[in-house]
Amino acid sequence: MKFEVSNLGCRRGDLRVLSGVSFTLTGGSALILKGPNGSGKTTLLRCLAGLAPPTEGNITAPNEQIVYAGHADGIKSQMTVAENLRFWADVFGQDSIEQALDMFDMHPLANRAAQHLSAGQKRRLGLSRLLVTGRRIWLLDEPTVSLDAESVKTFAKMIDQHLIAGGIAVLATHINLGLKTATELDISQFKARPQDHGNPFLDEDLA
Amino acid sequence: MIALLKRDLALALRSGGGFGLSLAFFLIVVMFVPFGIGPDSGTLAKIAPGILWIGALLACLLSLDRVFQLDFEDGSLDLLATAPLPLEGIVAMKALAHWLTTGLPLSLAAPILGFLLHLPAGTYFWMFLSLLIGTPALSFLGTFGAAITVGLKRGGLLLSLLVLPLYIPTLIFGAQTVVLLADGLSNTTAFAILAALSLFTFAIIPFAAAYALRVNLR
Amino acid sequence: MSRPNSLWEYANPTRFMRLTDKVLPLAAVGAGLCLLIGLFWGFFLTPDDYKQGSTVKIIFLHVPSAMMAINIWVMMLVTSLVWLIRRHHVSALAARAAAPIGLTMTLIALFTGAIWGQPMWGTYWAWDPRLTSFMILFVFYLGYIALWAAIEDPDTAGDLTSILCLVGSVFALLSRYAVNFWNQGLHQGASLSVDKEQHVDNAFYLPLLVSIAGFVLLFIALVLLRTRTEIRARRISALIARERQG
Repeated sequence: MKFEVSNLGCRRGDLRVLSGVSFTLTGGSALILKGPNGSGKTTLLRCLAGLAPPTEGNITAPNEQIVYAGHADGIKSQMTVAENLRFWADVFGQDSIEQALDMFDMHPLANRAAQHLSAGQKRRLGLSRLLVTGRRIWLLDEPTVSLDAESVKTFAKMIDQHLIAGGIAVLATHINLGLKTATELDISQFKARPQDHGNPFLDEDLA
Repeated sequence: MIALLKRDLALALRSGGGFGLSLAFFLIVVMFVPFGIGPDSGTLAKIAPGILWIGALLACLLSLDRVFQLDFEDGSLDLLATAPLPLEGIVAMKALAHWLTTGLPLSLAAPILGFLLHLPAGTYFWMFLSLLIGTPALSFLGTFGAAITVGLKRGGLLLSLLVLPLYIPTLIFGAQTVVLLADGLSNTTAFAILAALSLFTFAIIPFAAAYALRVNLR
Repeated sequence: MSRPNSLWEYANPTRFMRLTDKVLPLAAVGAGLCLLIGLFWGFFLTPDDYKQGSTVKIIFLHVPSAMMAINIWVMMLVTSLVWLIRRHHVSALAARAAAPIGLTMTLIALFTGAIWGQPMWGTYWAWDPRLTSFMILFVFYLGYIALWAAIEDPDTAGDLTSILCLVGSVFALLSRYAVNFWNQGLHQGASLSVDKEQHVDNAFYLPLLVSIAGFVLLFIALVLLRTRTEIRARRISALIARERQG
């Protein structure tokens, strides 16, 4: 499996934020996106997920293998933990939610309504959702927010297992997860220069 | 997609705002009409079909802003948009869930409330049938409005302004289906066009709404 | 810049500004002349109608504004389609610029119609299909304008208003037929037509055409002016955004 991004440009509103983003990931490797707030990590991840169209460049990935998990968990508080996972498993055409419950030790919580979970438990549920999608390229935006040290370790283990199984992960995070096969990518190097904006309204002749 | 429908119905039932609110609103609107118009049964009977249609139409509007808003805020919509389901299908399921929780109960309640307004005898079944066939169009058009306004902070009022003009043909043919019958005329044409309008919205609205959702998700 | 060899090149804001810089004054002067001639001719140099007296002369405002009210929506539909298909920014901005003018034309048509209707039908307002259709058109304009105003990101606003315009056009047309079904009406048929013999008298016909030309030119002048303003506003917000990003 190969996830290849070449010369990608992304935009937020009227302006290009990034240009010339290129990297190649093969099965079993992870990429950690670094960069200050506002440098375009979320923009890039949403673009990679196919939610926002790129301004230029190419994304090559196996068909229907990408899944994106953003800041919000997508958890319905009126439903139980198991029901939440069951729903996403059904949507993505998967059978079992056992593996997902195992990963973060959520069997005891399975029948608890999601509204009674703590913030950290909700986050764990949100992350275990990745496992029921059956997809192999994970795009994660700040996945460790509101996780305690113990859960961060579990999360790192989950990523590790995913990579060992030949999966791919792209993460935007500030925490060092100690992943062996991860490379870091500072995205501030791809910041679009003013002359790259390609916005017809910034044409000097227009003044 | 059935999973999505089931989840939406379960959420509507459990959050309490589903069936109950729009039905209660419908009841109150119908109850207020005699307060405003006067209790004369002849006058009420004459305007009953129109009042019931307008009441049902307004009750449909109430829960529209929730069709996509909650899923948009909690990130579910991001995941649904990247799921193996076509977004058009997701929109259609959302509209169907909205209809099952509003349009269908409103259609069932209309003949009962019609009794309070002295709806002419012999039109009760058609009152129910016209709403049953017409309200799906309202749910689909409303879903389109909800898809357009999903990214806005206070989209509720704007949603009504966008959606209500689109409801005009359905309202006219729906109410005429009953009014013509009450006047002793044939209502076949009106009813056929009402049904055609509903089918037409099923065919085009999912595409328009899915386009609007994709724009709002980028 | 070389000489443009396709109409599409005017979709570039810079080219559009350069062209309209010359066209706008021409359209404005033409509009002023045509309106002055058409309205003066119509109001003072035409005979009174044997049935309607001098009230008929409001036709020189009513018919052109009513035509423009519909035509401007059609123009918005076309520019919206151009934006959706070819992503020309000026097209979306032109649709945005045209909407308030269309709204105003609809209002003028409704008001002049009411003033005309009073002596003719004995009422300022009736739920006649034509009158009702214009009321409906009015709320479609309102929704469209409100949506533009509510969305901050200009491209998102362009996309969403365009799709609303598309769906709205279909349902506005459906409403037109629905309203015909609902009430047969008392409004006279179209005042102008090519295929029918029985349109308005020749004495009214020519000044009416001049007035219509005046309204069309007035719309062109206004929409160009407003589009230029929209382009400048877009430039300002783009400059501010660039500044903030550093």
